[in-house]
Amino acid sequence: MSTDIDAAQIRRRTQELLAAHPPATTDRTDFLKARFDAGLAWVHYPAGLGGLDAPRSLQPVVDAELAAAGAPDNDPRRIGIGLGMAAPTVLEYGTEEQKQRFLRPLWVGEEVWCQLFSEPGAGSDLAALGTRAVRDGEDWVVDGQKVWTSSAHVARWAILIARTDPDVPKHRGISYFICDMTDPGVDVRPLRQITGEAEFNEVFLTGVRIPDNRRLGPVGAGWKVAQTTLMNERVSIGGARIPREGGMIGTVAKTWREQPGLRTHDLHQRLLTLWVEAEVARLTGERLRQQLVAGQPGPEGSGMKLAFARLNQEISGLEVELLGDEGLLYGDWTMRRPDLVDFTGRDAGYRYLRSKGNSIEGGTSEVLLNIVAERVLGLPAEPRNDKDVAWKDLAR
Amino acid sequence: MTAQNEAAQAPDLLYSEAEEDLRSAVRSLLADRADAPTVIAGIESDTPHDLRLWESLAAGIGAAGLLVPEKLGGQGATHREAAVVMEELGRSAAPAPYLTSAVVATEILLALAADGGPAAGLLGELAAGSRIAVLALPFATPPADGAAAMTGTLERTVTGVAEAAAADVLLVPTAEGLYAVETGADGVAVQPLVPLDLTRPLATVTLTGPTGTLLAEAGPAAAAVSKGLLAGAGLLASEQLGLAEWCLTETVRYTRERHQFNRPVGSFQSLKHRMAQLWLEVVSARAAARNAADALATNSPDAPLAVAVAQAYCSKVAVHAAEECVQLHGGIGMTWEHPAHLYLKRAKADSIAYGTAGRHRETVAGLVELPAP
Repeated sequence: MSTDIDAAQIRRRTQELLAAHPPATTDRTDFLKARFDAGLAWVHYPAGLGGLDAPRSLQPVVDAELAAAGAPDNDPRRIGIGLGMAAPTVLEYGTEEQKQRFLRPLWVGEEVWCQLFSEPGAGSDLAALGTRAVRDGEDWVVDGQKVWTSSAHVARWAILIARTDPDVPKHRGISYFICDMTDPGVDVRPLRQITGEAEFNEVFLTGVRIPDNRRLGPVGAGWKVAQTTLMNERVSIGGARIPREGGMIGTVAKTWREQPGLRTHDLHQRLLTLWVEAEVARLTGERLRQQLVAGQPGPEGSGMKLAFARLNQEISGLEVELLGDEGLLYGDWTMRRPDLVDFTGRDAGYRYLRSKGNSIEGGTSEVLLNIVAERVLGLPAEPRNDKDVAWKDLAR
Repeated sequence: MTAQNEAAQAPDLLYSEAEEDLRSAVRSLLADRADAPTVIAGIESDTPHDLRLWESLAAGIGAAGLLVPEKLGGQGATHREAAVVMEELGRSAAPAPYLTSAVVATEILLALAADGGPAAGLLGELAAGSRIAVLALPFATPPADGAAAMTGTLERTVTGVAEAAAADVLLVPTAEGLYAVETGADGVAVQPLVPLDLTRPLATVTLTGPTGTLLAEAGPAAAAVSKGLLAGAGLLASEQLGLAEWCLTETVRYTRERHQFNRPVGSFQSLKHRMAQLWLEVVSARAAARNAADALATNSPDAPLAVAVAQAYCSKVAVHAAEECVQLHGGIGMTWEHPAHLYLKRAKADSIAYGTAGRHRETVAGLVELPAP
């Protein structure tokens, strides 16, 4: 439900915010809090929760005005999981108290969130998860292990799905919680990756007590709640306008122009093919953005992640080859635990290795192709033998 | 760059309501008059072009005059609308000299018709759909070769001219300039060839000094021919999009219904992934083709790059879609009776028309300064 606020009114409100809190003389966090309270954080959210019930298409108006005035932003790269996944889920399924408690510090960046979904035995088959939550008075007691948890080492809160009923088929026995990462039963261990650093973590949950008022949605409805989270994970793309050569292709094109000695005919053919594909992917994202602004969202978003994963992998692979002698070197194998994914800022070897994750994280390319085939094209599902079997009776 | 400047420069990649209305009109005409059995029967006859269909499309709907201003007898629309017609022609694989006459020849004449004269007169006839003109160059000629085509005289043989057999008038580039030559004139022979794509016939044109009308001197003519070829290549991307969409839609429909191993073959993951991949390519081809059409419509300085990108991408998508269509239809896809072959032949021929993907990538290399070793 959106009100009749138009672009001119949004622009005026933004100017009022800037006048009352000049970015040059206002503390970063104070400015962000004022922006949230003015309803200009995410304009399509309800009034009082950082928004104005305005059409989502007006957000770029606010962002452009604030960027032009040099206002600080809320560092979406650092708070991406909270912003993109936890917030829309809290908004849709949270109680009034939960919304009031969590959304402001999340958006302002005072509290970082992580996502306790994947498990060693449940990745693409996420609903097979085995982490248990058992009711004990006003609390739930959680035991289990999660994996691939980015930001867990800096997170204050987590969205968590756990099994609350092992006697029903797997999708029906899951509930959704907000987990306090400072609880003594939460043990976060770095998980060193292919790049040498630990961007992700393993999280061990041992007797973690979560009060029932931090459950999101009804008991047993966690899978449905998780769908909101997962849909939002993939919808965030297409929001920003990317310039030509704006992604990874720009780095390679620059090297090509500046170092003629590295050029070969084979690399030229591959570079041109990838340049064209990157430009087309950019246009496809731009078309999707225009559809959203025009109020005609299409299913194209689910395909964009597939396209970018493949392109990033091919372009970064080409880049290592193009660099030749330099491509044989690697910047730094030191074990680190970064706060955010610094994807393009590092060397070619890192980009090559890190981009291998693009076709796995947030849904493997294979699973996304299934989703496109079944939900967009309407192709029949493969026969399944797990839908009517109680979780405890499944093979694992 | 301010937000407003950015907005002004951003290409419009969507379809307008008027464009969707035009699409409906063209699609229903083609569904009615150019369904697959009709097209297959037509290509085996002596006259592959159904002139009554052309009359309905060109004059009835007014599609032939979309690029032509109203004061010159056209509809005063743009390449964006013409691109929608091309999408529908790609979807039906109907033989119609739209690309050659209503796009390429029309665009050339438009560039030359500013001060009236014979070009303006001919343009009005093309816009009304009463006559058909084609450029007497091989169908494979890329936009980059437009200027180089201004050689020779009216004594020559040109092979592989698309739709020459249907044409009333040939636009012949020579060293002296661009001539309009009647196909029925003395000294003109049009010899049909056996084309790979039966829905877009090719011919050899032999000129033995016919009388022609000089439309423009070599200089302005070269620029006009290049512009015509650029529009042809750019809007061909929309044909390739429509063609690829048909192939995907039909393949999805068929694999949902066809049962093997006691289940629809479309439920097998290996097939689903191929169709999902194709869907992604079609979605991307749409963005590329719309970008080219919009750049041509707005006479953007970006048009040569937008067209080269669209051709380098959409050619491959159309061929991939048509090849997948044949394969995923199994044996049915190999039959003459099923229309899949029409699309495969059209897609493969289109991948050569107005320059191969490789030629267009070379153009991209020049335009964005990524030079060869």
